[in-house]
Order: sequence, then structure tokens, then C-alpha cells
Amino acid sequence: MIQASGLRKSYGETVALDGVDLHVREGEIYGVLGRSGAGKSTLLRCVNLLERPDQGTVSVAGQDLTALRSGELNLARQRIGMIHQHFALLSSRTVAANVAFPLEIMGVARAERERRVAELLDLVGLGGRGGDRPHQLSGGQKQRVGIARALAGNPAVLLSDEATSALDPATTQSILDLLKRLNAELGLTILLITHEMHVVKSVCDSVAIMAGGRVEESGSIAGLIRTPGSRLTREIFPLPEPAPAGSVTLTFTGEPQRPVVSDLVRKFDVEVSILGGSIEDLAGEAVGRLRVALTGETAPALAYLRERGLLVEVAA
Amino acid sequence: MTWDEMAPLLWESTWQTALMVGWSTLFTVLFGLPIGVALVVFDQGGLRPLPVLKSVLGVVVNIGRSLPFIVLMIAIIPFTRLVVGTTIGTAAVVVPLTVGAVPFFARLVEAALREVGADVVQAAQAMGAGRTAIVRKVLLPEAMPGLVAGLTVTVVALIGYSAMAGTVGGGGLGDLAVRYGYQRFETLLMIVTVVLLVVIVQLIQSLGDAVARRLSHK
Repeated sequence: MIQASGLRKSYGETVALDGVDLHVREGEIYGVLGRSGAGKSTLLRCVNLLERPDQGTVSVAGQDLTALRSGELNLARQRIGMIHQHFALLSSRTVAANVAFPLEIMGVARAERERRVAELLDLVGLGGRGGDRPHQLSGGQKQRVGIARALAGNPAVLLSDEATSALDPATTQSILDLLKRLNAELGLTILLITHEMHVVKSVCDSVAIMAGGRVEESGSIAGLIRTPGSRLTREIFPLPEPAPAGSVTLTFTGEPQRPVVSDLVRKFDVEVSILGGSIEDLAGEAVGRLRVALTGETAPALAYLRERGLLVEVAA
Repeated sequence: MTWDEMAPLLWESTWQTALMVGWSTLFTVLFGLPIGVALVVFDQGGLRPLPVLKSVLGVVVNIGRSLPFIVLMIAIIPFTRLVVGTTIGTAAVVVPLTVGAVPFFARLVEAALREVGADVVQAAQAMGAGRTAIVRKVLLPEAMPGLVAGLTVTVVALIGYSAMAGTVGGGGLGDLAVRYGYQRFETLLMIVTVVLLVVIVQLIQSLGDAVARRLSHK
């Protein structure tokens, strides 16, 4: 749905994007995770060409945006929704008129606009608040208006620029739930950037971790969890790094309640001491990560664990 | 001078001031608003960056702003004759008043438009809005409280400039104060004129503030 390749962008001496590729599949929620200055904001703004990359191409829904002229680009942008960290609502307009704004740009007739605005406000849970002014709403409600506005043109893609960073944890969760619902109900493809691992954990199907203008790691969350040495896994599970020499780190997905440790002790002549571990919900799947120290008959024990489908990493 | 003698003079002068200020305000908005918009739109990092044009425009505006009004009024006499066919009378004053106020107002428009958040403009661009739509539907409406405040300051400045209109026979309250109050030692008339000017300026400022407040939804 979104295909970007070889993106480079620099501002004077500062390199914001240093050869970035991005591939977002239709219908998925894709997170770009990184600290501020990692280049994720520039990357997002390159997707709808708010920033024009120095090199590289961007195509959305099969259309190469970098090849378009400004009038055609504006038409293409009408099919790409965007929500913003500080909402970017027009204070001179009511809530309903804010949502109507993109429809006015598209030249939709008044009656149709009103019908569509009412429908959109209902969709985001703000039915009946159309006459309010943005300053009368809470942060979460403002972002809901932002989302309604972004969806006005029936976009195939929604870009989210740190949309929950200005919100408190409970409101953040409600906005994430809304995004997830829209993704499921409308089949909306969502590309979001965030510096919060929590956002990635709770809604994303795929992730790219960025630092210094490069993508360090990317792929589906389920896949990365099963990849040895994955940075995502290390960042999600708070185990001390580096792992102590000889310790074994087990990552298991699907049934974290499986009695792995007791199985091990019963079947093999090993001693197991638990060094740390936790269980997280990732992309709708429970994933556990456990660090243990094994002594005794370790080789067959580890083979057994691998056979059972666990990811086994032995620290050198 | 009795009250009965003063009343018609005051009435006529107030009317002349209102005419001069009213017409010049109209033309000031007509010319100053687009120039102010141009100063923002053509700026580096604006919607349509044309830095050279913007610099030229800036210099012209600054020249207009650096001339004292009384000098400007005399300096542009040939231009005034070209536009209204005469250089004396109330109509002839509207030309220098407008020329004097346009650069002033244009700078205030520029400042008001710059107050509009870059994030809102970018949001509109992300929605596929063209430049004209952004100016008409985002910049101007969002800056409206600031524009009204700027217009209020401009009208008050125009009342001040119009006091010099007597120099070219434009009449008005300023001219009345000079001719009767100062040159004929009619102290009472002088005081009444001053009070009247203070009241008018107060009223305009209060009205402008009230409108700006009503338009502001921050």
C-alpha cells in the first residue's frame, strides 16, 4: 500500500534520512519507532510529500507520488489522511466545519458534506458535538475530530504523526483503540510514528525501528519476536543486557502458560534457576520471555526446547 | 464662541473626518490586505517562496512607512492629482491617507498571518488544499482576530493622519482645532474638539476589541 525506497533527505549538514526503505502492506498497522531526531517524522512527511525527499521514490496505493505535479499531488493527498500530534484543528471553525474542511477542498456539495460530517462524527464517538468549538474539547476529543477529518475523503491510508504523544495514558489508549477499530472495520492501512513502545505493543502489526536516519530493524512483530537477537524483543522485555555468560533466554509465543520449566526439570537432569522474565501482549498474541541459568544435562534440554518451538538464545 | 456657533462647525468637521477616514480605511484594506498576504506567501518557507519579489515588496513597504505623513502628503501631490483630478479638498486627502496607511496595515496583516500555526497550514496541505484555498480558508479566517486588531490600530492612526488634512484643505476635526482653537484662541472649541477626538478613538478601539474578542476562539 505504501512503498518507499531509497529515501534520502538532509537539511544542510544534518542527514534526516539516510537511505530508508519502507513497505507497508494493505490493511496493516505499521509503526515506526524511534527517539526524537531519529528521522521518523521526516519519513512520515515524505510519504505524502510534505517534505520532498532529496532522493528516492514514494508510492501510495500504486501511485508514484514523487512523479506527480502539484495539482495531481493535491488530488492524491485527498486520499491520504493524516493526524497530528497537536491536532492542527482550525480554531476559527466549529467541530463540524473542521471535519467538513477536506470535503470543501474536494468540492463536495453542501448537503452531501453535512451528511458525511454527521456520519464521521458518529464514527469517532462525537455525535452531537458538531456545533462545539475545538477549544471546548479535551485533548482526546480534539484528536477524535482530527481522525474524523482525516477520514473524510475515504482515504486508503492514514498517517499518524505522534498522534497520542500529547495525551494522557488513558486517553492514549482510547485513541489507539479507535485506530484499531477503524483498521478492522474499514480496512484502513495505518502508518504511525511514535517514540512510545507502548503504542507499538498495543496496536501495530509491523514495526520499523529507526535511529540516526536509518531503519535498524523492520518486519512483522510476530516475525521479529522469533528472530534471534532482535532489537524489538530486547526493548520490549526488560531483561538486563547483556545477558550473563552461559545464561539461556527463552522466547515463547502462543501459550505462555505452558509448563516449560517444570517439563524441563522432570524430563532432564538439569537445575533451572530463573533470572528474570515477563509476558507481554503483542499484536494480539501473548509472548513470554524468560531468562534462566541451566546446569547439568543442558544440551538435550536445549534441543528439547527448540523442538517445542521456543526461541533459545544462549549467551556466550 | 457660543455653543450654537460651535455645533455646526463641530458637526461638519466630524463628518469630514468620518468621510476621510472611512474611504481611506476601505481603500487601505483593499490594497493593504493583498500586500500583507503577499509578504507572507512569497516569503522564504512560505506557500510560494519568491524571495526576490518579497524583498522588493518589503523595501517598498518600508519606504512608505519611513515618510512622515505630512511629507508624504506633499510629496505625492502629482499622484493625487492624477488619481482624483485635484489636490485640495476632502477627496484629495483620501489618496495620501490611503498611501500612508497601506504599508502600515500591510505589516500588521503580515504579523497577524504569521501568528497562524505552521501545523495548521501543513495539515491543510496534507489534505490536498491548494495555495488559494489555504489563504482563503485557513490563513485569513484563523488570523481574523489579529486582522481586526490591526485594522483598529490602522483606523486610529488614520484619524491621527487626517488631522493634517487641513494643510491641503481637507477639513476635519484636526483642521478645526488648528484654525479656530489655535489660530483664533477659541480655547473652549479646542477643548471640545480634543474631547470629541478622544471619545471617537475610544469608541473605535472598544468596538475593535469587542469584535476581535468575539472572533477569537482560543
